[in-house]
Amino acid sequence: MSQILQDIQTFMGDKIEVSQDKHYTCISTGADNLPALLGRLKEIHGFNYLANLTAVDYPDRFEIIYHLHSIPANHKIMVKSSVSREEAQFPSTAYLWPGADWQERELFDLMGIKFQNHPNLIRILLPDDFEGHPLRKDFKVKG
Amino acid sequence: MALEQDIEVLEKNNIIVSTLDKLWNWGRAHSFWPLTYGCNCCPIEMMAAGASRFDMARYGYEVFRASPRQADLLIVAGPITLKMKPVVERIWAQMPEPKWVVAMGNCATSGGPFKDGYAVLPGCDSLFDVDVFVPGCPPRPEALFHGLLELKKKVEGKS
Amino acid sequence: MITLSASELMTINIGPQHPSTHGGLHVEAVLDGEMVTDAIVHLGYVHRAVEKIAEGKTYVQFIPYTSRLDYLASHLPTLGYVQAVEKLMGIEVPERAEYIRVIMAELSRIASHLLFIGSMAMDLGATTGLIYCFRDRERIMDMFEMTSGQRMIASYMRIGGVAEDVPEEFYPAVGSFLKDLPAMLKEYDGLIFGNEILQARVKGIGRLTAQDAVAYGVSGPNLRACGVDYDIRKAEPYGIYDRFDFEVPVAQGGDCWDRIMVRVEEIVQSARIIEQAVNGLPAGEIKAKTPRILKAEKGAEVYHRIESSKGELGYYIVGDGSEKPYRLHVRAPSFINLAVLPLISRGGLLQDIIANIATLDPVLGESDR
Repeated sequence: MSQILQDIQTFMGDKIEVSQDKHYTCISTGADNLPALLGRLKEIHGFNYLANLTAVDYPDRFEIIYHLHSIPANHKIMVKSSVSREEAQFPSTAYLWPGADWQERELFDLMGIKFQNHPNLIRILLPDDFEGHPLRKDFKVKG
Repeated sequence: MALEQDIEVLEKNNIIVSTLDKLWNWGRAHSFWPLTYGCNCCPIEMMAAGASRFDMARYGYEVFRASPRQADLLIVAGPITLKMKPVVERIWAQMPEPKWVVAMGNCATSGGPFKDGYAVLPGCDSLFDVDVFVPGCPPRPEALFHGLLELKKKVEGKS
Repeated sequence: MITLSASELMTINIGPQHPSTHGGLHVEAVLDGEMVTDAIVHLGYVHRAVEKIAEGKTYVQFIPYTSRLDYLASHLPTLGYVQAVEKLMGIEVPERAEYIRVIMAELSRIASHLLFIGSMAMDLGATTGLIYCFRDRERIMDMFEMTSGQRMIASYMRIGGVAEDVPEEFYPAVGSFLKDLPAMLKEYDGLIFGNEILQARVKGIGRLTAQDAVAYGVSGPNLRACGVDYDIRKAEPYGIYDRFDFEVPVAQGGDCWDRIMVRVEEIVQSARIIEQAVNGLPAGEIKAKTPRILKAEKGAEVYHRIESSKGELGYYIVGDGSEKPYRLHVRAPSFINLAVLPLISRGGLLQDIIANIATLDPVLGESDR
């Protein structure tokens, strides 16, 4: 694992920040660096399994979280990135892991986050004529 | 009086006297054909009710039909979500008369545990008339039978 | 080869109301005669806004909602949730509670797989299979009722342990169930799996390659049927699963038949785990002492995943210093597994879509949340 981190730090330089909590090593980076970072993690370091792709709506930003696992080597790593609430756009990773396709659609549907170059970015869980994005904190639920 | 005496005489000779309505209602109440409809946990209890331990067949209700054109009982088992609403309305409209609706479970009755959310209707009685509400989350198969037997009484005109 | 123009293709809607147990799944099949050129999946008919509701409930109040996610194996999502919260707040669970949790989780797995067999048989036309499987599932429902008071949606686990201890009558019930299990499976062999027509409908159908499965994030028995030996109970053990001796069944073909056989073998392995857990059940407390109001630290986050009967069930929880979660995301295996349905259905026949859905074993409550 430390080899992987060393290589990523060399490859990405100062565009990333590495932190560690009890359960996951976390690499944070800007949204524009995600394709390079995630591509390197998948192609070179064998993180072939995208376990979870989700996002959180903080007061000042949207944060996207990837939980990646390597099935052959049994490694795991977490990647985070943030954008402002006005921008609300990330690059799509459906070309790396097809499983990201529906999870990105779900984030678009429920949180209104757009994904650039997504093959089919339409609502998935809510009706097509639903207005608003319910998981945003400013969505008012009518009682 | 004279009529009742006549009926007594006929019944003694093994002739049943009734009205057509009573006969039709007796037939309908003893053999509802439910529609295979449900989303969520309640249809699993509905299937358990139809399976061998609880056995809906002993009441005559085991003929689940897949097509609404052939069913006369809509057991709304499960929450009606925003996307499902037009589907349920259409299915109900496609069922021929006479038809009945049993709202099974808390979600169909009032929205249930998901009432606070944005996606579940507060009960299916906003869409059409419901004949019997069966509360529970999920209701036990025995509770569903109780509901169906109440419906039977209603159809036969006894409740 | 003749290519057909779009006007010669026919679209048929399968669902969202159809005589299948999977709830409101809507598949739009684009057909060229009987051959499937595309199968577009529409979800959301059972979307109940569980993630938004979670932000308005305390951690303890959310426990009943977890059982309503995957209602066929209702203890498993609850197990995942309480373990995630315990990880978030650093709560340790007493030994006896851990053993009871394992017993309940594995019984849920068997219950879910029994219903899988029954509903798969019914979807393919053998309605009697459903009746047999429900008969055997009722025994597990009785055991759940004995311990938690509810048959199906138990909400039995608590943060820090379980709600009640198992009563005396639980032990003979489990013992007799495990004793009768081999005979039950032999009966299914004769009635269901040995049936030539069923075999013809599932063998060689819906092949999923290991590479595609991993790329799509498929997990659980569907992944193991493609030859990938990955089970979270072994790869990243949670609770006390590392103490038990069991095997992980893996098949190589990736077709519907393999997906069925992997689950049948999993029932046998779960029975092994239950036996070991019941024999090793220690005395002691069933719930840790926890504060009355459970709060998570601001900024604390956790992603905890378990091997549910459908695959990897994960909970991503972010705390904000209060007794309610700031964000709760459920990584639902059925949602992600269904993404391969178009891939494995293309090029097959219309009837194979039903076999594919049945053997992927989606639960729409979990998939739509």
